[in-house]
Amino acid sequence: METLQIYWWFVISLLGGLLVALLFVQGGQSLIWSERKPERKSLLVNALGRKWELTFTTLVVFGGAYFASFPLYYSTSFGGAYWLWMAILVSFILQAVSYEFRSKPGNIFGTLTYDTFLWINGCVGCVLLGVAVGMQFFGANFEVCRADILNGSSPVISKWDSTHGLDVMFDLSNLLLGFAVFFLARTLGALFFLNNVNMGTDAKGIQKIRYHILVNGTVFVLLFLAFLFALFMSDGYSRMDNGLVVKVPYKYFFNLIDLWWIGATFLIGVLMVLYGIIRSYFDKKFRRGFWWAAIGVVLTVTSLLCISGYNNTSFLPSVTHRQSSLFIDNASSSEFTLRVMAWVTVLLPLVIGYIAYVWHKMTSPKISSSELRKEDHIY
Amino acid sequence: MDELFSTVDWSRGQFALTAMIHWLFVPLSIGLSLIVGIMESIFFKTGNERWKRMAKFWMLLFGINFACGVATGIILEFEFGTNWSNYSWFVGDIFGAPLAIEGIAAFFLESTFIAVMFFGWNRVSRGFHLASTWLTAAGICLSAYWILVANAWMQYPVGMEFDPDQMRNVMADFMSVAFSPVAVNKFFHTVLSGWVLGATFVIGVSCWFLLKKSNVEFAKDSMKIASWVGLAGIVLTMWTGDGSAVQVARVQPMKLAAMEGLYNGSCGQSLVGFGIINPYKERTDGQDAILCEISIPKGLSILANHDPDSFVPGINDLIEGISINADGDTINTVSYEERIAQGRLAQEALRDYDHARATNNAEAMAEAKERFMANFKYFGYGYLDSVEDAVPPVALTFYMFRIMVMGGGYLMLLFIVMLFVNYRKPKILENKLLNIFGLISIPIVWLVSEAGWITAEVGRQPWTIQDLLPCRAAISDIQPESVQLTFWMFVVVFAGLLIAEISIMLREIGKATRRDILNGPDKH
Repeated sequence: METLQIYWWFVISLLGGLLVALLFVQGGQSLIWSERKPERKSLLVNALGRKWELTFTTLVVFGGAYFASFPLYYSTSFGGAYWLWMAILVSFILQAVSYEFRSKPGNIFGTLTYDTFLWINGCVGCVLLGVAVGMQFFGANFEVCRADILNGSSPVISKWDSTHGLDVMFDLSNLLLGFAVFFLARTLGALFFLNNVNMGTDAKGIQKIRYHILVNGTVFVLLFLAFLFALFMSDGYSRMDNGLVVKVPYKYFFNLIDLWWIGATFLIGVLMVLYGIIRSYFDKKFRRGFWWAAIGVVLTVTSLLCISGYNNTSFLPSVTHRQSSLFIDNASSSEFTLRVMAWVTVLLPLVIGYIAYVWHKMTSPKISSSELRKEDHIY
Repeated sequence: MDELFSTVDWSRGQFALTAMIHWLFVPLSIGLSLIVGIMESIFFKTGNERWKRMAKFWMLLFGINFACGVATGIILEFEFGTNWSNYSWFVGDIFGAPLAIEGIAAFFLESTFIAVMFFGWNRVSRGFHLASTWLTAAGICLSAYWILVANAWMQYPVGMEFDPDQMRNVMADFMSVAFSPVAVNKFFHTVLSGWVLGATFVIGVSCWFLLKKSNVEFAKDSMKIASWVGLAGIVLTMWTGDGSAVQVARVQPMKLAAMEGLYNGSCGQSLVGFGIINPYKERTDGQDAILCEISIPKGLSILANHDPDSFVPGINDLIEGISINADGDTINTVSYEERIAQGRLAQEALRDYDHARATNNAEAMAEAKERFMANFKYFGYGYLDSVEDAVPPVALTFYMFRIMVMGGGYLMLLFIVMLFVNYRKPKILENKLLNIFGLISIPIVWLVSEAGWITAEVGRQPWTIQDLLPCRAAISDIQPESVQLTFWMFVVVFAGLLIAEISIMLREIGKATRRDILNGPDKH
């Protein structure tokens, strides 16, 4: 059972890592909102528009997998932090129609409205997803009592404080991670443009993208360092042999040391992200920074999520009622369900394989303005 | 307590609104993906460019619609957690698995290959493109399968057992969940009804072209394919609908009774073809439930049991404990009063078990567990205040069932007429009345499709999971005002989405009437 729980926490962490890397779509959306040159804007929007569903689907699968493998988290977090999840949800609903509708005649609200929706999704979606992950480290105010399901007048087993997620949305530590994710997504968005778009002779456009890489990349690194400092200085929750949940100082830092292979993966991931950003800015011929940074993000985020749940660590600490904190062993599905679903994850390499193949097919040659002029389905 | 009910009602309303809006888009995606796949296959086989042009036109409308389906689909997934958090925990072990499989096996398939469908015409080979179109259609069907497995499990919970230590249900037999007969039947019934809706849409839009005397050849060929798809779809939908009626009679007899407005059943029970529900009818007041009706003698017995003389229980019969078993035989089962009592006993036993576990009293645990298991079957009834709580809204279920069935007959007629005219009387294809007939069928098919879901979902109230968890125990700990606010927010968002989608579709269709789809320039 323990092995399956560890395996599923890894799957969730990996999906989280992939999701954050794929937020390059949202980052790109926040970058192009202010773009004034129509042809350049159209090119960048269409480059992103061919990828947005991948990010969206990963979010849906991340949610579905979380629900299936750790239903108590789904029940507690979604039902409790109502406003946080609703805000994330709305930002993604707006995105889902915006690409298809933005340039279609008869779209009622005008292109600017849909572009604003994309911008909102690019900003709010990234920041709040970061906040939701931050909540897993820094905790929230809730209480879980399974026996309440037998209380006919108040049968809900997870109860939050009355702010229902507004508190975690305005928690400084969570916001630190939220904005780090936001600037990371913008950096990845710029790196994606550099890698995937044939800008032809638009030297100014390329220069602008490099400028975005430098500015957003720098802000991201500063925010990420601040987040790491806050994280490593903070307490985590562990459970003693008698079941009592206790605070452990510097828990996450020590998790990285104790689980050295995760610490090593984390460091490799960070270095890859830095390499991708720095070389992309300074080496004018280097266009593959996106892949270095994206793979680095997957490794870094997966490692961070792993240390939030492994090594007897609560992955959703309850600040107000410590005993209600969620651990991977008390929040997971049954052994049978985890085993059945583990068989389904055998499909993952196949899924990743065909996604990679289609990505390759659809990006070689790179999207260009001349292609768009011939294309009859454009965003 | 009042606040709890109010939260339940708003949460119900919000989920119903989302599901109904989502269902406006999904069947069109199912139906259009099939029709586009057929057209592109003909292009692949014949190399005739006109079929590619036709496929591309319908693909354009498919794309506009698909985006709305995606946008509304994610809301349902989130709402399981945000508004039905108890539900998510109580059955997440079983319900979550199909959702996760849906994501891994189906959503990635759709989202990856749809990009090739739209942007791959000049980037991949014809064969690869065709495969992508069919893989997208397959992904849509596969995702429908898994979400319907989840829905069917709520209507007919199988393959699980209750774990008193965790106070929730856990999966015990995946195959029973994944291939439950209710799930399989529901899948075919639903997907086939998507074919019907997609086909009616194509016929309706083609009729518009014919009315405008534009792209006549395109419209005729589109109608021909759509009519065949529609006819196959409606025949098979009716067939699976019949299977569904037999299943409902056995696993949700209360739903069937509500569908018929039947309070006191009988052998050789007639089926109400058309009727008006008495709005003042109380369950035990002896008034007629239906004010005026046209009935088919023995029809309900045939529908429910395939036996004209068989017994079909009504609402009062079921409440008093008279039902039918899996073989369709009349049996004395447990009355609803008794079920409520047993449900409360089960809950009491579970409470005792929990206390005994906390004090490590193994003997008391064993005793409580035994008591619990003896009464578990009616666990959910323990939440009900009276037997009346177990009766679904009769009038709504009754009328929606009739709209679905009559609409099905109407659509069958539509497809037969269109095929007949296409093959036997092609000259009257451009007849104005015929085209109006096709055009007005578009809103009708949506009404019919929504009516089917309303019958299925309203008819199973008050349960989120049949007999185990009523809505009132499945919710989240949120203030009703919060859910009200998000309800109205979704009303605004959905209204905007819907208006924009319809407007864009109308504009695209209007634009197409002013150009030559089959022979004009490729980029328009």
